[in-house]
Amino acid sequence: MAVNYNAKEEADGHPSGVGVPGGAGKSRKPDNTAFKQQRLPAWQPILTAGTVLPAFFIIGLIFIPIGIGIFVTSNNIREYEIDYTGTDSSSPCNKCLNVSWNSTPPCTCTINFTLDQPFETNVFMYYGLSNFYQNHRRYVKSRDDSQLNGDNNSLLHPSKECEPYSMSENKPIAPCGAIANSMFNDTLELFRIDNETRTPITLNKKGIAWWTDKNVKFRNPSGNTNNLTALFQGTTKPVNWPKPVYMLDSETDNNGFINEDFIVWMRTAALPTFRKLYRLIERKNNLQPTLQAGKYSLDITYNYPVHSFDGRKRMILSTISWMGGKNPFLGIAYITVGSICFFLGVVLLVIHHKYGNRNTSADIPN
Amino acid sequence: MTLSFFLSQCAGEENWVDNRTIYVGHREPPSGTEAYIPQRYPDNRIVSSKYTFWNFVPKNLFEQFRRIANFYFLIIFLVQLIIDTPTSPVTSGLPLFFVITVTAIKQGYEDWLRHKADNAMNQCPVHFIQHGKLVRKQSRKLRVGDIVMVKEDETFPCDLIFLSSSRGDGTCFVTTASLDGESSHKTYYAVQDTKAFHNEQDIDALHATIEFFLVSGVAIYTGMETKMALNYQSKSQKRSAVEKSMNVFLIVYLCILISKAIINTALKYVWQSDPFRDEPWYNQKTESERKRNLVWKITVAFTDFLAFMVLFNYIIPVSMYVTVEMQKFLGSYFLTWDEEMFDEDTGEGPLVNTSDLNEELGQVEYVFTDKTGTLTENNMEFIECCIEGHVYIPHVICNGQILHDYKTYDKREKWREELFFRALCLCHTVQVKEDDNIDGLKKAQLSGRSCVYISSSPDEVALVEGIQRYVCNLIKINFNHFKLRILSLLGDIFLFCKGADSSIFPRVTEGKIDQIRSRVERNAVEGLRTLCVAYKKFTRKEYDSVCKLLQNAKLALHDREKKLAEAYEQIEKDLILLGATAVEDQLQEKAADTIEALQKAGIKVWVLTGDKMETAAATCYACKLFRRNTQLLELTTKKIEEQSLHDVLFDLSKTVLKLSTDMQDYGLIIDGAALSLIMKPREDGSSGNYRERFLEICRNCSAVLCCRMAPLQKAQIVKLIKLSKEHPITLAIGDGANDVSMILEAHVGIGITGKEGRQAARNSDYAIPKFKHLKKMLLVHGHFYYVRISELVQYFFYKNVCFIFPQFLYQFFCGFSQQPLYDTAYLTLYNISFTSLPILLYSLMEQHVSTEMLKREPSLYRDITKNALLRWRVFIYWTFLGLFDAVVFFLMFGNWTFGTLVFTVLVFTVTLKLALDTHYWTWINHFVIWGSLLFYVIFSLLWGGIIWPFLNYQRMYYVFMQMLSSGPAWLSIILLITVSLLPDVLKKVLCRQFSNLKTLISVRQLSMPLFCIPCMYKTITDPFQ
Repeated sequence: MAVNYNAKEEADGHPSGVGVPGGAGKSRKPDNTAFKQQRLPAWQPILTAGTVLPAFFIIGLIFIPIGIGIFVTSNNIREYEIDYTGTDSSSPCNKCLNVSWNSTPPCTCTINFTLDQPFETNVFMYYGLSNFYQNHRRYVKSRDDSQLNGDNNSLLHPSKECEPYSMSENKPIAPCGAIANSMFNDTLELFRIDNETRTPITLNKKGIAWWTDKNVKFRNPSGNTNNLTALFQGTTKPVNWPKPVYMLDSETDNNGFINEDFIVWMRTAALPTFRKLYRLIERKNNLQPTLQAGKYSLDITYNYPVHSFDGRKRMILSTISWMGGKNPFLGIAYITVGSICFFLGVVLLVIHHKYGNRNTSADIPN
Repeated sequence: MTLSFFLSQCAGEENWVDNRTIYVGHREPPSGTEAYIPQRYPDNRIVSSKYTFWNFVPKNLFEQFRRIANFYFLIIFLVQLIIDTPTSPVTSGLPLFFVITVTAIKQGYEDWLRHKADNAMNQCPVHFIQHGKLVRKQSRKLRVGDIVMVKEDETFPCDLIFLSSSRGDGTCFVTTASLDGESSHKTYYAVQDTKAFHNEQDIDALHATIEFFLVSGVAIYTGMETKMALNYQSKSQKRSAVEKSMNVFLIVYLCILISKAIINTALKYVWQSDPFRDEPWYNQKTESERKRNLVWKITVAFTDFLAFMVLFNYIIPVSMYVTVEMQKFLGSYFLTWDEEMFDEDTGEGPLVNTSDLNEELGQVEYVFTDKTGTLTENNMEFIECCIEGHVYIPHVICNGQILHDYKTYDKREKWREELFFRALCLCHTVQVKEDDNIDGLKKAQLSGRSCVYISSSPDEVALVEGIQRYVCNLIKINFNHFKLRILSLLGDIFLFCKGADSSIFPRVTEGKIDQIRSRVERNAVEGLRTLCVAYKKFTRKEYDSVCKLLQNAKLALHDREKKLAEAYEQIEKDLILLGATAVEDQLQEKAADTIEALQKAGIKVWVLTGDKMETAAATCYACKLFRRNTQLLELTTKKIEEQSLHDVLFDLSKTVLKLSTDMQDYGLIIDGAALSLIMKPREDGSSGNYRERFLEICRNCSAVLCCRMAPLQKAQIVKLIKLSKEHPITLAIGDGANDVSMILEAHVGIGITGKEGRQAARNSDYAIPKFKHLKKMLLVHGHFYYVRISELVQYFFYKNVCFIFPQFLYQFFCGFSQQPLYDTAYLTLYNISFTSLPILLYSLMEQHVSTEMLKREPSLYRDITKNALLRWRVFIYWTFLGLFDAVVFFLMFGNWTFGTLVFTVLVFTVTLKLALDTHYWTWINHFVIWGSLLFYVIFSLLWGGIIWPFLNYQRMYYVFMQMLSSGPAWLSIILLITVSLLPDVLKKVLCRQFSNLKTLISVRQLSMPLFCIPCMYKTITDPFQ
């Protein structure tokens, strides 16, 4: 029994028989192709001190100016931040510290502040929260994207993920979920105090959300009518909200699910301390800075309780540049890395000079 | 007619004895016999395939999930299905499905090949006799009890009992090459009762034509019960050192994973102990989550642990095994494709029987090589003979007349000469074959005559051919044959005896012993194989008593072998020495060069041979295993007889240890008897002592020659070294059936597709046509395979640390809520598509040094011995690099934007890290590396660019584009990638500057491509070690 098996018994499913047909005597001379002989033409870069040196210097030379550029730009950005939580007893908002949702009448407080330098370009007004875990898993998933996208079925039958914020009084909640339920609802107003007169500053509430979110991802339920009240019929407001979703704003293109404050809130933050865009202050004319240096006052309708979880609330005014908001870290990082590269370049140069020759003359010991 | 017989055979470890009663030709049992229960035997179908069409899916799945890694991912997948886990089941299900499918396709393909081979076997036609007619059927329809007719040169379809043959004496000649690799012709005798049945008529009462050379037999064992089939099933799995360290690393990572999960679970509960953190007003639990009894709490805690496990499970690289498998499978093709390893003469190239051990070829520390047929050609040439002290050399033969140094010789000498040739003519196993179409046989190149001599011993063929040149009267004689010492009992009652000098000389009392002995020794030193011939004359009476003695021994029921040997021992004494022959066995081409290269590469070469010491030592000198300045240490029977074993060992070890400080080369010679003494356990149980001492001597010798080795002893030696305390990687190379045991024993077994049958090649892991190919196989292919796979393994762990560690860090910022950092799609595709192809291609194509360089500088091989690239140090370096990169990625600033940014930096960094390690950039590497980055970008644009209708969440929508539209994101990406890669670049540069690894130095010196292994001997410390 002479059987020429090539496929062999194999245990454990490991590869064993490489399917090379074993016909003895038959010439199986392999092809002389560059690939099969592992002789494909190849670029063979050499990472030696000699070749890496210039790279280090170049990186250093590029990174340091970029870093300086970023740093300067970042320094030119005006930013002003007020903590209005009111934990400090001297703070005007201290009285509101223990407000709860829907307290009527709403607790209001006013904080005066002074801008030392004028804000020249468009100003972005943010609210910032600390110790607020928008990234908690239970929280992050507690939303129904198809409901927010205007799906009528989901509107009335919210996803299970929304629990325990999906039904209230046997009616589906629109918008459902913990994220929507905990939407930031302080109202911030800015006044310029000029000789004891308070001039309100126009705060633009449109254009703060991503364009695609506003126009594609978030949609109001569809129907024959434009009347949002009718479209949201059969649903109820989130528990913590004072008003239903179709009464978020008076303008129809900023109402319901496509309310920009709502959209901004729904994009959850990655870290427990975060800021979210609240309003835009556009520059009116080229002659005057958007916000002149001087006294201002911030009127707060204090609805949002953060004290229970040791949270903080802030209001931030900031200009932006081509590289976004104030971010000195990036510039410093660039400068640091650039300097390290440059320094390493110098070290390598010395090493290369000192030891390079010794090594090239060394024999290969056998 | 009933045949009852008793048969025992070995199936792997267990011995089983089977008693079968078979009615030949399926006759009815004659009435009156005791009750016969027809047994069911399998049919003659050979099944080497594992699966059928129907059971492939379930059986293959079962096989695959027996693997620990696959099983682990299955568990993770099930956990994800059952409990509420942070990531969707798709993230582990899809990669698992991918891995399983790829493996299943590969195994299915291999099984299909086996099916094809089986079918070819099962369908080949067989003639058998049914109701008196000669029927032709497919082999698989054969049943136990059928009478089978086999013609000349056909193979037997199953195990048969030989009933009769067309030869008058009821014999047939069988080669058993496919069973044990022996291509010699063995004679089998028909069962006495049936040998007279010469035709079907006799056998089955019909039809009478008998073709020339026909054998009939009754089928005994069929199908999977044949010896052949049983042979195939007993092959153990060898595992490479790389695979072992891979498994260890995997366990380390598993521990890391579990500890991570435990730490996070504990921290979660610590963190949650404040109720305002556990359940702030904005993020409340559902009623079911609030349940407060203890059992529930424990369940929840366990679920949390599992959820963390699931979240971090990607640290175990799911696709590593499948990538490693593909790398090995595809990579082994480069070996078979190698043109330089193709032998034009035989038309054969290297064969890869298992691709599991590719990288082990780069780790070999000991090479055990057979001598005959491996180092030497096994192409025997008759060189000279020495009769009565006169030397006859073929060169001086003219026209068939022997001219010799001595012009005159008396009649007595002439008579002796005649006797000598007669002895040579009679004492051998050579047979004459008219047909010359059979391979593996030696063809006589005689003018006009195509006469083939076949024998199990190539020496004898050479002798017979040589004699034929002297004396042209040796044609067609049928000989009886015995073993090495051959008795020829002739009519005139001479006993001729031929054998190795060591066995003949003790038995010789007369003849020109000293002259012949000196000639024999001189020949042996020149590397010739020598045989001595002696004779003895018997009187009739003596002969009769001898015959009786032998007969008694042959008929003995117990210890027959022993008694026969004793009988021979009695007969073969007081012999008269006739002369000696010398046969040359040429060295294989470039054997010396190969051995020299292997030794330079730090590999210890041992020669294991059955030959006698002088011959073997001569060969060792010829192939430069021993050099002129090598000091030879002998541990032979002769020496042990003089001193006790203990003293000899003690002396030798003292010599070696004392002098090992200077650069003296030692060569050790040991013979089989001495070895068995060393291996034999002492009465007082101190056997380990000698063994240790012996091993210590061996370790200090650059070359060791073991002569007079039995096949099993070869394996013993290999095992001894393999299990010594350093656990070196051994490689055995041989060509004959006697090398099979050591080939199977060694870590890597290499067979030479040589002349002594294909048994060695069949049982080996790799087969090469010539010994010289071993050089390229180890130094180039082995080196490449090892470097490639070790980078593959390390890189896999590295990239998954980079991947998962940010996830771990993120838990500290999201209240340990198991929130994943990356999107589902990224979690799923990271290992199977974004980062899979570059590393696979790298591990197939990488050449850190050129092939020429590796061949020119065998010492480069030393750099990778002892699993150098997978040591703990290197592993820790890679892991720390991964951790560093992960921390860098995390130093960054809605939620999914963050994750996407990290992920982008991650994919770019790990791919560019590989690019940094690549020293051989073919267009394929360019294509794959830049291609997969491009694929990542395109995929992300698509994934975020559309509202996918089948998903119930749209969190990734436009995130990637938004990220790309922001300046700081770009700047951060560039910065982070630079920072992540910086330490590695720096380490590489410093490494090559200060390391004294030969690979690096040579590269530096000759400005060849850089090879960077984390420095092991360097003077500057790594930033992370």
